[in-house]
Amino acid sequence: MRQQRDTLKNTEQELRVFRLRALLAVLVVIILTGLLTGRLFYLQVVQHEVYSTRSEKNRVRVEPLPPTRGLIYDRNGVLLAENRPTYNLTLVRERVDDLDETLSLLVDLLELPEEEVEAFRQRSRQRQRPFQPALLMSDLDEEQIARLAVNRHRLPGVEVEAQLLRYYPDAEDLSHVLGYVGRINAEELQTLDTGDYAGTHFIGKTGVERFYEDELHGQAGLRKVETNARGRVLRELGRTDPVPGETLTLTLDKPLQQLAVDLLDGRRGAIVAIAPQSGEILAMASVPGFDSNQFVTGIDVAAYRALQQDLDLPLFNRAIRGSYPAGSTIKPFMAITGLKEGVVTPDTTIYDPGYYQLPNDDRRYRNWLRWGHGRVDLERALAVSNNTYFYSLAHELGIDRIHDSLAQFGFGQRVAADVAGESQALLPSRDWKKARYNQPWYPGETLSVGIGQGYLQITPLQLATATAVLANRGDWVQPRLALEVDGVPVPTALPETPPDIDLTNAAWWDRVYSGMEKVLSGREGTARRSGVGLEYRMAGKSGTAQVFSLGQDQRYNAAELEERLRDHALFMAFAPVEDPQIAVSVIVENAGGGSSHAAGLAREMADFWLLDRQAGKAPVGAGEAGNPDDSATEDG
Amino acid sequence: MAMHDLARGLRGRPIKPPLSGMSRRRSLWERIHLDPWLLAMLLVLMLSGLVVLYSASGQRLDVVIAQGVRFGVALTGMVIIAQFTPATLLRWALPAYLAGMAMLVAVEVMGDMGMGAQRWLVIPGVVRFQPSEMMKLAVPMMVAAWLSRRELPPGWQDLVVCAVLIGAPVLLIARQPDLGTSLLVAMAAVFVILLAGLSWRVILLLGGLAASALPLLWMTMHAYQRQRVLTLLDPQSDPLGAGWNIIQSTTAIGSGGLWGKGWLQGTQSQLEFLPERHTDFIVAVLGEEFGLVGMLAFLALYLMIVCRGLWLAGAAQETFGRLLAGSIILTFFIYVFVNVGMVSGILPVVGVPLPLVSYGGTSSVTLLAGFGILMAIHSHRRLLPR
Repeated sequence: MRQQRDTLKNTEQELRVFRLRALLAVLVVIILTGLLTGRLFYLQVVQHEVYSTRSEKNRVRVEPLPPTRGLIYDRNGVLLAENRPTYNLTLVRERVDDLDETLSLLVDLLELPEEEVEAFRQRSRQRQRPFQPALLMSDLDEEQIARLAVNRHRLPGVEVEAQLLRYYPDAEDLSHVLGYVGRINAEELQTLDTGDYAGTHFIGKTGVERFYEDELHGQAGLRKVETNARGRVLRELGRTDPVPGETLTLTLDKPLQQLAVDLLDGRRGAIVAIAPQSGEILAMASVPGFDSNQFVTGIDVAAYRALQQDLDLPLFNRAIRGSYPAGSTIKPFMAITGLKEGVVTPDTTIYDPGYYQLPNDDRRYRNWLRWGHGRVDLERALAVSNNTYFYSLAHELGIDRIHDSLAQFGFGQRVAADVAGESQALLPSRDWKKARYNQPWYPGETLSVGIGQGYLQITPLQLATATAVLANRGDWVQPRLALEVDGVPVPTALPETPPDIDLTNAAWWDRVYSGMEKVLSGREGTARRSGVGLEYRMAGKSGTAQVFSLGQDQRYNAAELEERLRDHALFMAFAPVEDPQIAVSVIVENAGGGSSHAAGLAREMADFWLLDRQAGKAPVGAGEAGNPDDSATEDG
Repeated sequence: MAMHDLARGLRGRPIKPPLSGMSRRRSLWERIHLDPWLLAMLLVLMLSGLVVLYSASGQRLDVVIAQGVRFGVALTGMVIIAQFTPATLLRWALPAYLAGMAMLVAVEVMGDMGMGAQRWLVIPGVVRFQPSEMMKLAVPMMVAAWLSRRELPPGWQDLVVCAVLIGAPVLLIARQPDLGTSLLVAMAAVFVILLAGLSWRVILLLGGLAASALPLLWMTMHAYQRQRVLTLLDPQSDPLGAGWNIIQSTTAIGSGGLWGKGWLQGTQSQLEFLPERHTDFIVAVLGEEFGLVGMLAFLALYLMIVCRGLWLAGAAQETFGRLLAGSIILTFFIYVFVNVGMVSGILPVVGVPLPLVSYGGTSSVTLLAGFGILMAIHSHRRLLPR
């Protein structure tokens, strides 16, 4: 009973405490509600103006207007890259009365595959805004567009929308030099001006498209629109039109480019042709190419993998990224170096027993002709591509002077003004070897460089550039691809260039040219078969770059070697000698000797440029080319 | 109220009088164990909520219908729960608590990853729900059940037991991670203890301790949770990222002004500038379209519900029912305060819906189940003979 009373008392107290606490809770609840009310009063009454304005701004939307990408022409006005409208079939659900009926009508009209319609039905079920067009089909053909136009009245809400897509009419021939545009990726987005690219989906990825991205892209415009409560555009409040990208005229000559590709005829190789006085790149072909149009819309994985895994490396731009041993094409430059440094004069002769030996060394550095050429002067050394002469010259010059002089021709550096992705290849020096291998330079290595082997590597573009500098009597010229931007000539840039090359006796240039002419026209010339019937004076030099190095005293036998181990054929040439209009470099991979497999191609290029193009005889687009298969003397 | 009645009430199970003898004294509402005032206010709230939801969902009738169906299910649950006697609820406290704990552990071990956090328990093809929701009721029930058997005010021993009873589920829920729900569960249980008469000295002491533990809480928070707190302090620091929600919701509310832009006329809401506008941020739609007047009407409705709930709790005869009812109704208010506070930019963004207005099934069911308990506790007391 007593316990119960305690409990009773306790219970009474509990209830009292609870009610007190509940009352307190009500108080706190009221205070907190007051706090919320105060906040809402502040937002909705005190600051109403501020938020009202901000909300109003929300209704005004700024839409970017992407610019049209600039067109690319060759030097004659032939269109190389254009924007082609493609047509997409879209459907605005809001305006369609009966979706099923519309779809079945479309199926009949366009012979749409059933699975595509099914896919669209699924897409239309997603929570898209009903007033926004949904993509039903892309890249309609003309017949489909026509059928839709005729039946337009039966298809409310169905629209054909145009979209401009980059298109390269001669994709395969120009894929490397022009490059291509592709969808902007996340990495590129980080570095882009987001304002200017707000409405743009494509950006230049390689080649000219990449280098001249700023010029080709143009400036985005803006459109201020007022939207209604559903987000649909009601009216335009203001507008800044986009500035289309600038038109780019290239130095390329489309027919010559075409010819270069045809001459390579599916082999692996590159041909670069430069106008020596201006540095204008007339042709820059790398074969095989690829269909760059595939990359514009996004290449599918299988096709991309096929390109990547192709042994012929179609994605590889040999003209600017291929590093090849120069072979004997280095010899004219070595000759100039020797003359410039006073190590030889044009009349200096040596006796060639068929090999060269360094003092105090038993090793014999062989001439390609086992029994030797006997007494050889500079011109004959060039004409017959005598190795012994150049071994001797290289030894007397030493690697330091060779390096500095070859650098003046552009070797070992990126030469062009406006070519994206160029390789600098390799011009070896003492310092380079120290840094790369931590080894001293050995005299034997100088001899290899002297005949264009060893560490020395060049790109076809470098070789063509050096040939142009040689043809210019040592005046530096920088190769470039852009002739005009929007009709305004591109100023020839004056970057820090190698200094011009001066010879003590200017007539010595002609002696070197004479030696090079004899390569094609001389009785002993290595490429005399390719020089038959020349209508102008052409100076050239063949080269053969060893892929597979030969041991001491081994004989070379082309037939025994597998195709991909065969030598690369090289040729450099310019013409006409008295007033150079074209400088060409040709590299055909694994073709064999340069005199027999590359010289003919250089001759075709020069013939076409000097006889057909310059005389205005060839119709634009014609590139008739034979492939002379004459064998000539082997060179080294 | 006579002391006698109280004494009888404490003797255990209420004595059920023969129906015939009492029927003249019992109204319809008493017979179905519902409180007409509370029910009426809840129905007004839910119906107004559906009207706002129609606008907030972008005028989608299917969403409104889905919500209406959920309300129907939740109301049915409420009516059923209201039929239980408080004694039955007391008996169910421990099993419910243990079952909830088991499911929380199950979620911890194999929970389905949903909404970026591990909150859902899925029995394939059968059911998919958040055990943490259930704990919002089970934990205060357990604490109230424990305290109702003890002498009050609670002593230190009770506090230790309660700390364990609360701490275990709260930590498990916080780990999911669901800070909002874990705080609500903790709050619900703490309300029970406070209402039980915890002495002011202890309250002050523990409050001080909690305040000094805040830095510790900060250290254990996820990066996104910290971001939310920082964003509250300066929403403009990241206007397109974490601050977006707050900027857009305050803009919506502020642009509503005194009278609002009118139903379906809110440009912020209708133009989809507002994220999650039909779930946690529905208040922004309300504020924009119905203005300060509309907001105050809703707040007043909530306030009346809370007052009525506390009144019912204070009228309960048993400690268990009283404490539980008081906790349920105060937690309900916390929902409102936290939700309106975060949307109007004075509290950090935690996932707490606006009760019975935000779109979402689970919370409606839990909330109305809580009101069912409240009505059960209230309506069964008059069965005592006079």
